[in-house]
This record gives sequence, C-alpha cells and structure tokens, in this order.
Amino acid sequence: MAAAAGALRRLVRCGPQQVGSGRLPPPASRSPGSVLTLVPVSPQGLGRRLRLQLRSGIHGSAPAAVQVTVRDALNQALDEELERDERVFLLGEEVAQYDGAYKMGFTGIAVGAAMAGLRPICEFMTFNFSMQAIDQVINSAGKTLYMSAGMVPVPVVFRGPNGASAGVGAQHSQCFAAWYGHCPGLKVVSPWSSEDAKGLLKASVRDDNPVVMLENELMYGVPFEMAEEAQSKDFLVPIGKAKIERQGTHVTLVSHSRSVGHCLEAAAVLVKEGVECEVINLRTIRPMDVESIEASVVKTNHLITVEGGWPQFGVGAEICARIMEGPAFNYLDAPAVRLTGADVPMPYAKILEENCLPQVKDIIFAVKKVLNI
Amino acid sequence: MRKMLLAALSRVLQGPAAAAAARPVSRVVVASRNYADFASEATFDIKKCDLHRLEEGPPVTAVLTREEGLHYYRTMQTIRRMELKSDQLYKQKIIRGFCHLYDGQEACCVGLEAAINPTDHVITAYRAHGYAYTRGTAVREILAELTGRKGGCAKGKGGSMHMYAHHFYGGNGIVGAQVPLGAGIALACKYFGKDEICLTLYGDGAANQGQIFETYNMAALWKLPCIFICENNRYGMGTSVERAAASTDYYKRGDYIPGIRVDGMDILCVREATKFAAEHCRSGKGPMLMELQTYRYHGHSMSDPGISYRTREEIQEVRSKSDPITLLKDRMVNNSLSSVEELKEIDVEVRKEIEEAAQFATTDPEPPLEELGNHIYKNEPPFEVRGPSQWIKYKSVG
Repeated sequence: MAAAAGALRRLVRCGPQQVGSGRLPPPASRSPGSVLTLVPVSPQGLGRRLRLQLRSGIHGSAPAAVQVTVRDALNQALDEELERDERVFLLGEEVAQYDGAYKMGFTGIAVGAAMAGLRPICEFMTFNFSMQAIDQVINSAGKTLYMSAGMVPVPVVFRGPNGASAGVGAQHSQCFAAWYGHCPGLKVVSPWSSEDAKGLLKASVRDDNPVVMLENELMYGVPFEMAEEAQSKDFLVPIGKAKIERQGTHVTLVSHSRSVGHCLEAAAVLVKEGVECEVINLRTIRPMDVESIEASVVKTNHLITVEGGWPQFGVGAEICARIMEGPAFNYLDAPAVRLTGADVPMPYAKILEENCLPQVKDIIFAVKKVLNI
Repeated sequence: MRKMLLAALSRVLQGPAAAAAARPVSRVVVASRNYADFASEATFDIKKCDLHRLEEGPPVTAVLTREEGLHYYRTMQTIRRMELKSDQLYKQKIIRGFCHLYDGQEACCVGLEAAINPTDHVITAYRAHGYAYTRGTAVREILAELTGRKGGCAKGKGGSMHMYAHHFYGGNGIVGAQVPLGAGIALACKYFGKDEICLTLYGDGAANQGQIFETYNMAALWKLPCIFICENNRYGMGTSVERAAASTDYYKRGDYIPGIRVDGMDILCVREATKFAAEHCRSGKGPMLMELQTYRYHGHSMSDPGISYRTREEIQEVRSKSDPITLLKDRMVNNSLSSVEELKEIDVEVRKEIEEAAQFATTDPEPPLEELGNHIYKNEPPFEVRGPSQWIKYKSVG
C-alpha cells in the first residue's frame, strides 16, 4: 500500500498551475493508480480552468514591489502551502487531477480526510454548487469540533468564486457570505486584493479549523501591487482582522471582496469635493473585526456598508446591528446605511445585471445622503 | 481424555481455510483459561455469503476459541443491557431528544471489531452506541453522554448521535452524510500508507441516497481502502425495504464494487466476512461492499414504538430464532466452550457494570455553564462568544 500511497500523493498534490507546465509525466507514463476523469465541462468552467493553467506567476521574492494578479497570488499560495506541508492536498470540481462534478461526494470526502489528519483544500467551481454540499460544510465540518468537545478537529479549506460574475444568470450569481457567516464553527474569509488572496489562503490552510474562502471570479485577472514582504513564503494575512485601505475623516465605508474596489473609486471621486472617505476592507466575514469598524465610526461619525449579497439578513445588516450594540452608536450623526445587491435573483441582460449590484455612483449618492450634502 | 478427544476432533474439523489464513483473531489458542471440562476452541459452519462480482467469498467455517467466545458474549451482552438501560432512562425522561437503540444488532458491531485492528477507522450514522463501546468508550461515559453530564464522552455537548473515540468518527445525524466522510477517511488511510482501512456504515434507509453513489464512484475510481457496510435491519424508520428500494439487494448496489451479503445475526459470519473484505482493501484492490442482514428490536428511535409497521409476532420470531447473543450462547454451550452457569455469571457481572454506569450517569453533574462557549475553534487564543443577548458572553477556548 505504500507504493499506492505515493502515487495517490503525486496525484492530489499537483496544483492547477502545474498542469501542462511539465511537472507531471505525460498521460502515457502515468502510474496504474492514477485517473483522468472525463467529465463534461461547462464553457465557463473550461475557460476558467485554462486561465488557471496559464503560468504567469512569479516564484521566489523580488527586490521590489511587483504587479501580481489575484489568480497568480492564489496559485503562489497553493504552490507554497503544498510544498510546505505534505498533508496538504487539492480536490474539487475540475481541479488538478482529483476532480469530477460530484459535489456532495467530494465535499464529504474532503471533510473526512481532514478528520483523519490530512489538510485538504476543496475547490468549488463556484460557491453556488456548494449549496448542494452545504450539509457537509456546515454539519460535518463546522459543527464537529463542538459536538465532539474538542476531540475531532476539521482543518479543511473550501475555496472558490462567490457572488456575481458577468452574465452567468441567477443560479450562478449568489453571494454566500451571509449564509456561511451565520454559522458558528466556521471561519469565513473574503479577499479583495492579491495580497489578501495570497495571505488569506495561506492563513486558511494553516488554520486548524474549517475555513470558507469566498473569492471573486471577476477579480482573478486584476493585477495588484504586491509589496516585497507579501512575496515571502511565510507571508500571512491574519484571519479576523480588517484592513484600512484608505484613511479618512468624514465617513466610514465598510466592504468586502470586489466592492472594496468600488468604494476606493468612489472615494477618489469624492475627494475632489472635499469628502475624505475611510475605506475598510473586512477581509474576514467571520469572526468579524467589529472593533476596527467601531474605531472608525467613532472617528468619522458616519457609516455605510457595501456588499454584493442580498439585503435581508446580510453582512451589512449584521454590521449595523453590532454598531448599535456597541460604543460607536453614540458617535453616529446619522443612521447607518447599507448598500447591497438588489433584492431579486440576478438577471442575465447586461443593463439589468449592472443595476442589481451597488455601483460607484450608488456609493457616491449614499455618502452625500448620509453627510447631507 | 474427553479434552484430548475434543481437541483432536476440532483439529480434524478445522478446514484448510481457517488454517491457511494467518489472521490474528483465529490463531489457535492452545493455552487458555480452561476450566475442567471446557474445550479451548471449536469449529462452526457458517452461512455461505451471497457474492457480487466475486469468484470466491469468505470461508464457510469459522474457528471460535473459548477466549474469543467469552469476550464476544460479554461484549454483546454489555451492549444489550446498555441499550435496555438507555430505554429505561429515556422513559424516565432522564435521557432527552434522540435515542436510536442498537439491541438486536450486536453481532454486527462486535463482529466487525473482531476482524479489524484498533488502528483501523470506523464511521457510522446515529445508531452508534454499540460502536462507541466497541471502539473503546466506557459504558459510563456513553450513558453519561446520553444523560447530558460533564462525564459524558463528549462532555455532554454531543448527545446520543455524536459520540467519538480514537479512530471512531461518530455518530452522525444527517442520513447518509457519513458515507462520503468515510471515503475521505479511507483516502487519508491510503495517503498515509500505513495499511489502515475505514469501515463506513449506513442503513437500508440511507442506501438509496445520491451522495452514497457519488461516493461509490470515487472510492472505486481511486481504489480507496473503504469497506462500505449496509446494516440492513429491514426498516428505514417505518418504511420496509420492499416499499423503499427498487432493488433490495443492497450488496449489489455498488454495481462495479464487489459485494457480499452476510448473516448479520451470526457474529462469526460477520467476523469472517469482514476479515475477507479487509484483506481485499488492504491489498490495494479498492473498496468492497458488505450487506449485513440484521434486525433491531426497538423502533427506529425512542419516539417510535416500532409496531405500527411490523408485527409483534415478527419481532418475537426474530428474538426466539435469531437472537445474536442466544445464537452464540447455544454454540458455546453445545460445544463445551462454556457452560450455562459460567455465562450466567457474566450476565450478573454485566448487569452490575451497567447499574454502576447508570448510577454515575444519573448523579454526575451537568456541564458547567462556563463551558458552553468552548470548542468552537481549535488552537485559537481564547475569545468571546455571544449568548442570547449582547450582555451575555461566554468565554471560548479550543
């Protein structure tokens, strides 16, 4: 069985970026225990897989800051963590060679493997598919440590694109931040920049708890500057800590994932009118860094939350409730405001889709409303 | 003289199968704790298993040593009495919520355990008390978990359906969810290369679930060392197998996965079949499926009297003709492996043990409120967990 174990490890430990890059032997010489799964691939998925396979990342550290796309940052993180710890491996939909569209099956397999001492990274093609497997994520992964009074930890990472993409329709556009953020036992992170993506993925893999990492498909190709220290193999972004992306004094904009970029764009426009926005990138949905938001509201006296998910029972609703309960409430000069996705299933037509998500103009409008200008 | 004759006879009767297989449990025990008239071992005919995609099956004879027999008897009797005590405590409302009892099925969990190593892995659904015991949890800790006390095996946090032990992953409440988990554990077994296997159990009710077929597929594709075991007790809650499944040949439902159908009321049959399946998995051939035909005396759970969908006569017939403990007892007594008196002594000891455990389970205090917030995260600095209001906070340590 030792020989079979070796073959199994080689199979599951190749990252997506390594497929086609020469690191694996060609199909003919593959060991008997290996598999090539032939699964119908959706056009969207195929495109994404090819994009993931293109190697344009940079290994090792460079002397200065470099431009790195979110996709490459993720691949770097996967590369590094696979190398660092033998127990880390990949499985999921159309990922590496351990793949296939059997959502409940492979999600449960990931959780079981984690219970037995491995550290799987389980990829969903999009988090919409995780809805089918959500029982395994919440009931098997999230609750087991508690139910077993600490006996059975579940160090698994679930990752994949979350929320709206571009024209993928209602069933492929849902945001799950509120769904997973609701559940004790899980950690939920939501990166925006390349630094976020790399640091949070590495931190998630090293965390001994089940972590849901909500990425964003539209962000994969966006380049960000990555500082020298962020290129190190041990660069981690702490889970549970928000980041102030932009200092400001007049209003606090709290956001996560792609909306952080929209907030910064809105801030750049508003500064010309003399309004200084403080932009907070949540980075982690659960456990949420409420203290950072409170400190900011104490300073600016105004709060706007921005997210892609639906309004009811969402991330913004939670932030508002928590602010009311804490010291920052007394510093609010106006009620807190939420910007969210429109309360409808996501339509397909471009003009409709655009108007179902908070745009830069909506953020600017809200800031002026809140500041009464 | 009689002892010599018996020993010679048993050696003659010993088939080639039992001698050829170098299985630790069936090793001939020559020097054992023999009382005056007892044989050290005996060989029994066991039912031939129905086979699916297999040329050969498990052996049709099994050797039982006196030591093994006494151990199996004691273990099965302990589980039986533990479950009956749970029934009693439930009716007294000292146990709350869900309680799915295992009495009638003892030969399954004891037979399985007899065929594997403690380093192997087991996962099952919610009818798990028997497995918690065979996997090493003390009776008092099981009962105290049922009564929700801090001395429970999960400190009162889990309850009936969430008991865990070393290499035993519960105890799972969502029907069928444990099957992919079990394949994942088997994946880890293969990955670590330590020759361990995983026994993944489910019932006839769960056998029709989609995620189980997803799991069969991946386990076969990746040759995971997983024995899928369907404990077919003829009823999924209140639905008989004939009304639930288009095919009730559960041992064939793995399609491309070889399967065996086993008499789950005969502990020797279960043991030999499991050894056979374990050997198959350990040799790297991939998963195997075992259907254990068994029966539960109680209803699905304590909320189910169990007589609206089956007759009392049926239950009584199984009890009188196929009870696993009685079967073993008769075999042992009739083959001089033990005596009625000796087994009665064991009964008395077991009853005492269960009474003491119940005493503990009813007097141990409930878990302290301060621990309500614990075990949310592992290896995390202590943090605060919100209670029912913003003013109530609990400390959480992993």
